[in-house]
Amino acid sequence: MKVSFTLNAKPVTVDVDPATRLADLLREDMDLTGTHIGCDTSQCGACLVLLDGESVKSCTLLVASLEGRGVTTVEGLADPDGGLHPMQTAFRENHGLQCGFCTPGMLISAVDFANRNPDPTETELRHWLEGNICRCTGYQNIVKSIMAGTAAMHQRA
Amino acid sequence: MTAIGIGQAPKRKEDVRFLTGRGRYVSDIKLHNMAAAFFVRSPHAHAKIGAIDSSAALEAEGVVAVFTGADLEAAKVGGLPVGWGITGSDGEPMKEPFYPVLAVGKVRHVGDPVAVVVAETPEQAQAAADLVMVDYEPLTPVVSMLDALKPEAPLVHEDVPQNLCCDWAMGDEAAVEEARQKAAHIARIELVNNRLIGNPMEPRAAIAEYDRARDHYTLYTTSQFPHVVRFLMGGLVLNIPQHKLRVVAPDVGGGFGVKQFHYAEEAALTFIAGKLCRPVKWVSERSEGFVSDRQGRDHVTEAELMLDENGKFLGLWVSTLANMGGYLSTFGPNIPTNLYAPLLSGVYKLPAIFCNVKVVFTNTLPVDAYRGAGRPEATFVLERLVDVAAIETGIDKIEIRRRNMISKEEYPYQTPVVVEYDSGDPMACLDKAIEVADIAGFEARRTEAARRGKYRGLGLSTYVEACGLAPSRLAGQMGARGGLYESATVRVHPTSHVSVMIGTHNHGQGHETTFAQIVSEQLGVPFEDIDIVFGDTDRVQFGMGTYGSRSLVVGGAALSKAGDKVIVKGRKIAAHLLEASFEDIAFEKGEFKVAGTDRAKTFAEIAGAAYVPHDYPLETLEPGLEEQAYYDPINFTYPGGAHFCEVEIDPDSGEIELCAYTAVDDVGTIINPMIVEGQLHGGIVQGIGQALFEHGIYDEETGQLMSGSFMDYCMPRADNLPSITISPQVTACAHTPMGVKGCGECGTIGSPAAVINAVVDALKPLGITHVDMPATPNRLWAIIRNAQSTSIAAE
Repeated sequence: MKVSFTLNAKPVTVDVDPATRLADLLREDMDLTGTHIGCDTSQCGACLVLLDGESVKSCTLLVASLEGRGVTTVEGLADPDGGLHPMQTAFRENHGLQCGFCTPGMLISAVDFANRNPDPTETELRHWLEGNICRCTGYQNIVKSIMAGTAAMHQRA
Repeated sequence: MTAIGIGQAPKRKEDVRFLTGRGRYVSDIKLHNMAAAFFVRSPHAHAKIGAIDSSAALEAEGVVAVFTGADLEAAKVGGLPVGWGITGSDGEPMKEPFYPVLAVGKVRHVGDPVAVVVAETPEQAQAAADLVMVDYEPLTPVVSMLDALKPEAPLVHEDVPQNLCCDWAMGDEAAVEEARQKAAHIARIELVNNRLIGNPMEPRAAIAEYDRARDHYTLYTTSQFPHVVRFLMGGLVLNIPQHKLRVVAPDVGGGFGVKQFHYAEEAALTFIAGKLCRPVKWVSERSEGFVSDRQGRDHVTEAELMLDENGKFLGLWVSTLANMGGYLSTFGPNIPTNLYAPLLSGVYKLPAIFCNVKVVFTNTLPVDAYRGAGRPEATFVLERLVDVAAIETGIDKIEIRRRNMISKEEYPYQTPVVVEYDSGDPMACLDKAIEVADIAGFEARRTEAARRGKYRGLGLSTYVEACGLAPSRLAGQMGARGGLYESATVRVHPTSHVSVMIGTHNHGQGHETTFAQIVSEQLGVPFEDIDIVFGDTDRVQFGMGTYGSRSLVVGGAALSKAGDKVIVKGRKIAAHLLEASFEDIAFEKGEFKVAGTDRAKTFAEIAGAAYVPHDYPLETLEPGLEEQAYYDPINFTYPGGAHFCEVEIDPDSGEIELCAYTAVDDVGTIINPMIVEGQLHGGIVQGIGQALFEHGIYDEETGQLMSGSFMDYCMPRADNLPSITISPQVTACAHTPMGVKGCGECGTIGSPAAVINAVVDALKPLGITHVDMPATPNRLWAIIRNAQSTSIAAE
């Protein structure tokens, strides 16, 4: 079946089997391997993408449901000229990543969170991150990064 | 464009590719004409394998081939090797049964691979795997170690009586017996060190290809030590000459030990790629990882600590059952023996120690190193026992530790269990932790919590670890079948840019940054101009990889040694160019100078001159500026520290809150404080995970893994953790070139005992003296209920 949607701000039309998951389409056919698959029970959050601005797990999202929608992957966060998104910069500044595998999902989750909650508490943030598993950082610097990134997105120093 | 050296915290070089989704992990790689493999795995913990009928699978859409253990046997594929051999206290070598790449005759754990289906797509391979008919004859599985040792127990391996791989010991049993006779008090504990599943976020994956034209194999694999995989797989399993085999471990998404073994899937794929002459890819699903990754810990221990009337330690007796699972993994038998017993002295003067370890086979997943590997288990035994002794003797838990601690002046300190600590200052760590954690204010916090109906507890754990694996001579004495040095090549290009080829592997530790800092400091080359190359046996000379907190300690030392050689070579070139004697050339601040003059050449000038020689004295000076060094440490390094944990427990629900965690760790000289702190955070949370959440549970009847997904195996998440306070304490290592000690495993070693000691302290009013890990709300609720009903009955 043919599905047309927006992917990282560009219109695309794909011809897929109706059972195709978005994570597989991105990784196998669109050469967007930044979206990772870390589990098979929708628990880990490594595969998060923004769907019309809201974070969703692309491992459990059928491409067939995307007609007319807008998808942003981790590759779509930075400026086309390479300038990092404020959340990406905050992760770099605050050592919010180690092996990098959970990082794309964390960034997507963080951007969605910052859009919903411009002035969060750390407790609210830790609760929000319940759907993202990281094995390296103990979450401490991820929390620090997202607090800083949220402030930066809303232009607070 | 500046030199960034030791002690600074530049942002990591590796970050931008990960932040923008441009990391290159094995599962991201696509090769032309690549097929997909799916492993058919045993649903039984223990069964005889009868006929395997692949005919239906072979007819399924897209299927290319099916391979079984018989195919590998016919091709004389070797068994998966063990890198350490231990010897029992009776002088007998450990039992080392054959570990086939694909099971032959019997399966020995759930998930044991019996066949591989290769198809055009992963979906086709998976669908066809259901059509492979394996005729299993289920046998009674041996699940618990206590059952495994019973005379009537079924045998995991027919040639291993009583399922006992090795009855091993270290220390002086007679001296401990003497201590027992003299003791005014003996503290005793029985405990379980729970089975853990490492779960790096990137599942394992591999791609193998065979180039028929060159008769050459390449294996891409999620490995912490690609050279060792080449060495073991090429040399011992598949008989592929080393120069015909390249192993690449590109970006790897976390390891924690899970990826430091040679796995069956690597050998099976490489074999198959050769047979089919096309690339074959396998990516583990998470649920598959739960039943195919090596697991960690799993001890049952009894221990006794003997004290005199003043609370001084006289002796320690430890008896442990250590689970190997169904087969011996790469380092398996070494972990609960040589990486366990030598740490039982902790930071204490303990004149007599004896440790017996029975290493046992069961029908569970093989057990091997997981972050900390033996050392968390030792620390947990010792620090729980010290707390028990403190309670029973009425001596405060801090005071009893002080009375027995090795003082700074007593280093180097020879323990009764092989190792000699070169340096340390545990008292300084403890003092600092007491201050940072505001221990003086704890009783007020406990009282306040009690007013809210909560039990608040304070837990302390000190620890020492032996890391920087490993001094090859000592490792050899302990049974290592090879040395554990490291190598580095520093290649200065004509433009003075530098490539470093190093045998360690970066999978989150920030080596690309830390190692570049070392080079930048040493050679004065801008940080930006240095590239660290790792993870490819064709690009890097040799190396033992990354595990045992060794990368900076051993690899960084090799790097620094190679840098020294570059400076010597640069001085020779400078002497020639400046027409001075070699002895008169000094290297300072990035310049080669003639001592006592203003004549000098910059590092960049020398690098250029090295590659465009005109009039070199060729008998004494070769062109080029590239040096290689191998480094073998003379001793382990001994990081250590003191951790405090505070918890609150709700007696009605068993819910537990981690209120505060303070860690003072001495990891020696710190190259990049930002990275060290990150390593400690992650390590501590993995230890908290063991103490409170994680448990690999097998059904006692069937041997099925009950916690086989992220829905059942509780990984630590952001919302059940505190913010951790890290405060470093530095005592330089006496024998490594930069004074570094290693920091990767500290957190995981110190934290389980700190957390459980806090839990037990919280429940002290109920008369509870021990809680096994993980201290889940369910377990705590039951323990609290039981204690309350016991005390009511007593009234």
